Amino acid sequence: MNNANGLLVILLTLVVALWLSIVPLPLWAQWGRPEFVAMVALYWVMALPERVGIGWAWLLGLVQDIVEGSVFGEHALALAVLAYLVLILYQRMRMFTPLQQAAVIFLFIGLHQLLCNWVQALSGNSSTSLLFLLPALISALLWPLLALLLRVLRRSYFVR
Amino acid sequence: MLTTDKEPSIKPLFVKGPSIGARLLVLSLLCLLLIFAGQRYHWLELFESRVSVIAAPFYWVANAPARLLRWGSDSAQSRAQLIEENAQMRVETLLLRGKAQRLASLEAENVRLRELLNSSALLDDSVLVAELISVSPNPLQHQIVINKGASEGLYIGQPIIDAQGLMGQIIEVGPLHSRALLITDASHALPVQINRNGVRSIAEGTGLLHELVLRHVAASTDIRVGDILVSSGLGQRFPAGYPVAVVTEVTNDPGQPFAIVKASPSAALNRSRHVLLVFSHGSAQNRE
Repeated sequence: MNNANGLLVILLTLVVALWLSIVPLPLWAQWGRPEFVAMVALYWVMALPERVGIGWAWLLGLVQDIVEGSVFGEHALALAVLAYLVLILYQRMRMFTPLQQAAVIFLFIGLHQLLCNWVQALSGNSSTSLLFLLPALISALLWPLLALLLRVLRRSYFVR
Repeated sequence: MLTTDKEPSIKPLFVKGPSIGARLLVLSLLCLLLIFAGQRYHWLELFESRVSVIAAPFYWVANAPARLLRWGSDSAQSRAQLIEENAQMRVETLLLRGKAQRLASLEAENVRLRELLNSSALLDDSVLVAELISVSPNPLQHQIVINKGASEGLYIGQPIIDAQGLMGQIIEVGPLHSRALLITDASHALPVQINRNGVRSIAEGTGLLHELVLRHVAASTDIRVGDILVSSGLGQRFPAGYPVAVVTEVTNDPGQPFAIVKASPSAALNRSRHVLLVFSHGSAQNRE
């Protein structure tokens, strides 16, 4: 009973994150879209490392590629690498204050953006400026709020 | 100890199965394989078109706020506004029909002249209206998603136009929706010719929304600012004669081997909501 409930909550948060990744933004905000999918995935890997692992992150990345229309495998690679890093570091990350966690998230999402940009360079679409790293900053700023929200969800629905 | 509920089990410290490092290695190799296979070969195309149907609900939901706003503003329009809009559209239709009268006789004359020259006759293109339901979230990738799919007869490579000019071509066809690449994407190039004198060139996208660049234009070419570029039909992908862009800059630097020519696309690439899909019938002899 608990299992199914928890699964539904996790999937729902991921679906909302996927939706947010393609919702249309005004032209001036095009470069600053926070990486909701990566953040939500990282939160669940950090909170439930035995349940949500690299395989989940990889599948989620593939779904994100299909939804966003990017090179197939681009986000899958980035999310798998990020999940691996969080699986190694989750015990420490849980002990951090929100500010320290935000700093770590900044580095992680920065790595995510770098990997995605690298894969895009393979298909000739890489960024000419460093603006592709802006989502890392915005995601880091949003992280404390998002982590709080997801923690409230996790606790109230007993996701384990 | 009697318990009626199942006790929460102790989480094992060591999870069974391959280590996370091994999992990462296998999955990332798989990713790299998918990426390279997608680039070099087209095996993934069929798979992607089937699988892209799972993205349909996301596009529908992502489009919902915009649809709601439009419905709201439509419902809130006063009767007077609607009557006025109706009258304007009637006038516009009348003007367009007037212009189209000449079109029929011009087409017939064109067919007769081509017969005289022993050329193959050109057939009419038919069009299908589609609506834009999503734009690629990556600002470097100029791709759009439209709400028509394989069920309406779309095919890969099909040209898309809007009311003002050529917009792009279809690159992925799913059952319910399709993905199109715009002409301003950095990986797109399109054969054009200058309307005034028929000089041919290739217009490439730069990744900027309002700029196309013509490469390898010799300094002695007769090209001026304000020239209209139309599709030349070479390359068998885009039908000939559709407006593409207007030349905005011609710079002849003596130190450069070629002139620097920039053009601005005619189509309203970031504003059009309705697009037309062209079913090109080409010429009677070359039709497959």
